Amino acid sequence: MQSLTTTFTRPEGLQDVVTHYCPGCTHGIIHRLVAEVLDELGVRERTLGVAPVGCSVLAYNYFNTDFLESPHGRAPALATGFKRLRPDMIVFTYQGDGDLASIGMSEIIHAANRGEKFTTIFVNNAIYGMTGGQMAPTTLAGQVATTCPMGRDTGKTGMPIRMCELLSGLVTPAYLERVAVHFPQQIIKAKKAIRRAFQYQIENKCFSLVEVLSTCPTNWGKTPAESTHWVEENLKSYFPLGVYKTPEGAK
Amino acid sequence: MAKILMKGNEAIAEAAVRAGAVNYFAYPITPQNEVGEYLARRLPEVGGVFLQAESEVAVGNMLFGAASTGKRVFTTSSSPGISLMQEAISYMAGAQLPVVLLNIMRGGPGLGGILPAQSDYFQATKGGGHGDYRLLVLAPSTIQEAVDLTMLAFHLADKYRNPVMIIGDGMIGQMMEPVEFPDSYTEPELPPKTWAATGADGRKPQVVKSLFLDPIALEKNNILLHEKYQAMKREEIRFECYKTAPKNKILLVAYGTMARICQTAIDELEGEGISVGLFRPITCFPFPEEALYAEATKSNIETVLTIEMSMGQMVEDVERVVARQRPVKFFGRTGGIVPSPEEVIQQIKQILASGQPTKVKV
Repeated sequence: MQSLTTTFTRPEGLQDVVTHYCPGCTHGIIHRLVAEVLDELGVRERTLGVAPVGCSVLAYNYFNTDFLESPHGRAPALATGFKRLRPDMIVFTYQGDGDLASIGMSEIIHAANRGEKFTTIFVNNAIYGMTGGQMAPTTLAGQVATTCPMGRDTGKTGMPIRMCELLSGLVTPAYLERVAVHFPQQIIKAKKAIRRAFQYQIENKCFSLVEVLSTCPTNWGKTPAESTHWVEENLKSYFPLGVYKTPEGAK
Repeated sequence: MAKILMKGNEAIAEAAVRAGAVNYFAYPITPQNEVGEYLARRLPEVGGVFLQAESEVAVGNMLFGAASTGKRVFTTSSSPGISLMQEAISYMAGAQLPVVLLNIMRGGPGLGGILPAQSDYFQATKGGGHGDYRLLVLAPSTIQEAVDLTMLAFHLADKYRNPVMIIGDGMIGQMMEPVEFPDSYTEPELPPKTWAATGADGRKPQVVKSLFLDPIALEKNNILLHEKYQAMKREEIRFECYKTAPKNKILLVAYGTMARICQTAIDELEGEGISVGLFRPITCFPFPEEALYAEATKSNIETVLTIEMSMGQMVEDVERVVARQRPVKFFGRTGGIVPSPEEVIQQIKQILASGQPTKVKV
């Protein structure tokens, strides 16, 4: 008789707890990818995460690493302060689009421009999730949200902000890539990008940011299945996937 | 060590380094820029971190991150900059992070001016940020005292795991005076910083946070913080009495630079045969309540006169403490105008003659 072997386990980087995320939300997948990468790179025990304000505010309950809980948008400033004093540690911020691209725009741009040696996981689902579906800086033109019930009017609110494109305009070397997690092949690519981002940090090379297109079935008013297709058909065309910058210069 | 002549801002910077605080985050603002300029040269010499941030909002939050390592960290700023840090100050108080903040106060409100003022007393002692928290607030009146209190501030921040704010005014920052640094700096032993984030290596993850979604847990945290503030009230009260004597009819109450000007006025009045004493809070929080009450309610005291470089902020604490046992009068100048000893003398004479101070005419 063949002996049974375990081939799929909870990563060391995640705690054995149930998350509060809504059904169909991809935070769980993204958490897992980060945790797997920390395991594979063998850095979990010297990693510090910085949680944002937003749906992932309780990320510190799910990751099995030390954590700081930041004021809204300020995670890059906390990460800067910590990493400057502990360059031997691995530091990542985990931020949503309201946190990073609205209230925290100044902190992320300046951290990227200083070339701070930490990694940002930027989860973009084009809406404020935790506060109940308000318009985000990444909400698509015409997209309905509770604070733009007739659909986003870009004549009054501007066009959605593309963070990877915006940050790639900085001259300081960085690694910037946009990925998605709505289909399995995208998940595999997303993990590679996250791994590459942490690898650059381990090599003390540059600031790294991986933007992950995510879903919000609850506030989009769609089923989980509809949501994955909405990412494919709408989010992805406005937020093209790909590598936007590498410290080597070439894409 | 021999005395050296130093500008207040630079002396404070050196004092921090001597106290083992070599990690500094700041944003330029007048009238305290010499601190950052001094440390930009000094900190690399001692293996410290100097970082000029993009804003005071970022400074406060960098301090949050940096203090979470367990190392000593600090910033210096002036009134509008300190306003921008209130977010992080509230979070750091909630998360019980030791950090030292120096406010070289300038005139407000708004952009105000760049000259000395004491109009951030409320902000420093009563909150400033949101939530139930207090800062331990120290107010030096000489450059030497600024040096001594700066060194003490780091110890107190660690001891109570709480932000400590030093409030000086523009005079303290810009004035030059001879100062002496101790040859070797020692302080009472403190417990190890087991709360610091150092990596979950062989232990459960450590989280530094001010978020408590469970109301019971949040109230518990507030009670814990409150108990620390009560402990500060028991153990950290600091004040000084100057020429308080049984024949005095008036007790002056002033802090910082204003207290020094009062001392000059008191000395001059002494030459005219008029005896006046001064009560000088060194800790503005905890406020020296019992000591002030005892001085103010001595049978010889007829009037308490509070003098500030503000429209009257500390005077509310004085009124609270004296609790109508004596008339509490106020005199203040603002806008960066520092009252002269002559003005103080005039106010004292006016009170002795009529019981009332005179109004400022501009």
